[in-house]
Amino acid sequence: MKYVDEFRDGKLARNLAEAIAREADTGRDYAFMEFCGGHTHAISRHGVIDLLPPNVRMIHGPGCPVCVLPVGRIDMAIRLALARPEVIVCTYGDCLRVPASGGLSMLGARARGADIRMVYSAADALSLARAEPAREVVFFAIGFETTTPPTALVLREARADGVANFSVICNHVLTPAAITSILESPEARRHGSVPLDGFVGPAHVSTVIGSRPYEFFAEEYRKPVVIAGFEPLDVMQAIRMLVRQVNEGRAEVENEFTRAVVRDGNLKAQARVAEVFEPRRSFEWRGLGEVAYSALKIRTEFARHDAEVRFGLAYAPVPDNKACECGAILRGVKKPLDCKLFATVCTPENPMGSCMVSSEGACAAHYNYGRFRDATPGGVRPPRPALASGPTTVKIEEPVR
Amino acid sequence: MTGVKPGYVRPLDLKRGRIDMGHGAGGRATAQLVSELFAQAFANDFLARGDDGAVLPAPAPGEQLVVATDAHVVSPLFFPGGDIGCLSVHGTINDLAVMGARPLYLSAAFILEEGLALDTLARIVASMAEAARAAGVPVVTGDTKVVEQGKGDGVFITTTGVGALPAGRALGGANARAGDALLLSGSIGDHGMAIMAQRESLAFDAEIVSDTAALHELVEAVLTAVPAVRVLRDPTRGGLATTLNEIATQSAVGMELDETAIPVRPQVAAACELLGLDPLYVANEGKLVVVCPPEDAARALAALRAHPLGRDAAHIGTVTADPHCFVQVRTGFGGRRMVDWLSGEQLPRIC
Repeated sequence: MKYVDEFRDGKLARNLAEAIAREADTGRDYAFMEFCGGHTHAISRHGVIDLLPPNVRMIHGPGCPVCVLPVGRIDMAIRLALARPEVIVCTYGDCLRVPASGGLSMLGARARGADIRMVYSAADALSLARAEPAREVVFFAIGFETTTPPTALVLREARADGVANFSVICNHVLTPAAITSILESPEARRHGSVPLDGFVGPAHVSTVIGSRPYEFFAEEYRKPVVIAGFEPLDVMQAIRMLVRQVNEGRAEVENEFTRAVVRDGNLKAQARVAEVFEPRRSFEWRGLGEVAYSALKIRTEFARHDAEVRFGLAYAPVPDNKACECGAILRGVKKPLDCKLFATVCTPENPMGSCMVSSEGACAAHYNYGRFRDATPGGVRPPRPALASGPTTVKIEEPVR
Repeated sequence: MTGVKPGYVRPLDLKRGRIDMGHGAGGRATAQLVSELFAQAFANDFLARGDDGAVLPAPAPGEQLVVATDAHVVSPLFFPGGDIGCLSVHGTINDLAVMGARPLYLSAAFILEEGLALDTLARIVASMAEAARAAGVPVVTGDTKVVEQGKGDGVFITTTGVGALPAGRALGGANARAGDALLLSGSIGDHGMAIMAQRESLAFDAEIVSDTAALHELVEAVLTAVPAVRVLRDPTRGGLATTLNEIATQSAVGMELDETAIPVRPQVAAACELLGLDPLYVANEGKLVVVCPPEDAARALAALRAHPLGRDAAHIGTVTADPHCFVQVRTGFGGRRMVDWLSGEQLPRIC
């Protein structure tokens, strides 16, 4: 496949792997966080880990929109769809499976009569509203800065054309705020207790916001950032650039993804977003908790298309299972295997925490793609102290209420 | 001289007519639908008797009977490369074939939705009859029911097949052993992506065509060349990944695949890339997975490739000893990953 195979070339990968192994200082460890789920996916799917030397470790960050979406937001959409038969809720594919309260998910709610549909784009949702004037079409908008401009465009269009039966539940979140939250975590602030030497910066998000927003992290927190494309060779090249920065004591923003990202980003898209949305004072992230100014809400000028206003929707937070280690895993402090719930009661079929929800989450990625690495010859994964008396000691709480 | 007039029934209006509840009521309309549409299309002596069941000859001495059943629901009903009619014939024939059986007879049950155009039904039945004729497997009995509008999706078809298993043949998912070769008869993902492209109106330079086909001849060719074949499977919904996990679990073995050896057509790969899907999990309707002892791999591969349905056959991996029953793949990039069971439905990723 043209423009894809070139970035997955095994021979080039071997050359890069040799270069990384040559340049990485065997006297130290390197821990880099790939923020984006897209990178996590590329790393898992292509087995990038196998091409890295043992002292270079990747931490899967919180950049998976489905994973960080708090349960209460999905509950909100499900309640609306179940209570009002005139409502059609539509959203992106893998959002449908996210577990919500009461053992439901959007797919589960659909089985109970809610009209919930999958769309490929925000524009499809608006078309549906035009095609079904007697129904209320509610677009459950999720994602980072990549999926925000399309939502802004349909809101503008809906207002301009007076599509009165179209509204949006806005769950759009902001990348820089999440990175700050990770860097401001207690572990990160206590010097040296969290091994985080730099970031592989987002690909698609950066095409919109540019590379400038990351300059703050590089400067303020002394963390190198290398923006990288979503193909595995991009990731390898970015890791090599990060290793070099660390070796040379630099903390800069570098751009590996020059074929798509410029320093200022897409100004037109940014202007459209600013016209339609404003920051929320605070927003809950699954795994990170409340994060100040980390999400967007619809401006009052567009209030008639804001489903939260239009239907008077109230948000009720739902706590995760107490034993869930997602927060610590997202901050790079723990690994999936350190969690008592991992692969025992928490599996992709029955996720208890955010990291297990989508294959881009750290736990699901490890479960789906990497579990074979835990196998010891002739046995299951090594027993961990927490489970010494058997898995029955794990208190199983309902994931959500 | 008699004044009794012959009963006259106006022929079915196959051009403009629609299925109504009467066609499922069991009266004249049902009888007419059966005689003018189904019996004519499937034409054989068993059906012609018009009895409640078909009386079939006993299998040859030493042979055993194999029965398989398959329900078909597909939207859209017609797609590039096929339709629900031929699909319902191929699906059941393939289930018999991968058991090592020679498919002999089919039954067909139709659930029709009120309002279905008779012309649509006639096209589906014609395609079914053609598939059955081409495979040499007659539809010998059937049933038709009609459900109210909105309670069906046009037409659902369930077919059941009977086949004869020659003496000495024992294929089964539990027979794979460490060291065995894994062969695949051709490219994966064609059927699923043909359906998906149609549903989502995706247009590509090269059309994606379903691979729906009856595999019994291909199976015979492989089993004749290599009687020691241990497992045969047709990887349908859930894709190749699901089929391999099933075999691994049943046989308590692991598997190691070579990603670059698995054939995927460029347009299928592109469509998957676009929608964020993995071709390993996309449905096929005319592909065969063969597990055989390593020393027979070359012969089995040659037998597959000699048949038109196996032209692109490939040696895609090896069965390994693994108590965890993990299916692993060596990626073209040079790494490894697990190919796990599909959890839930495969849904497009957001990023």
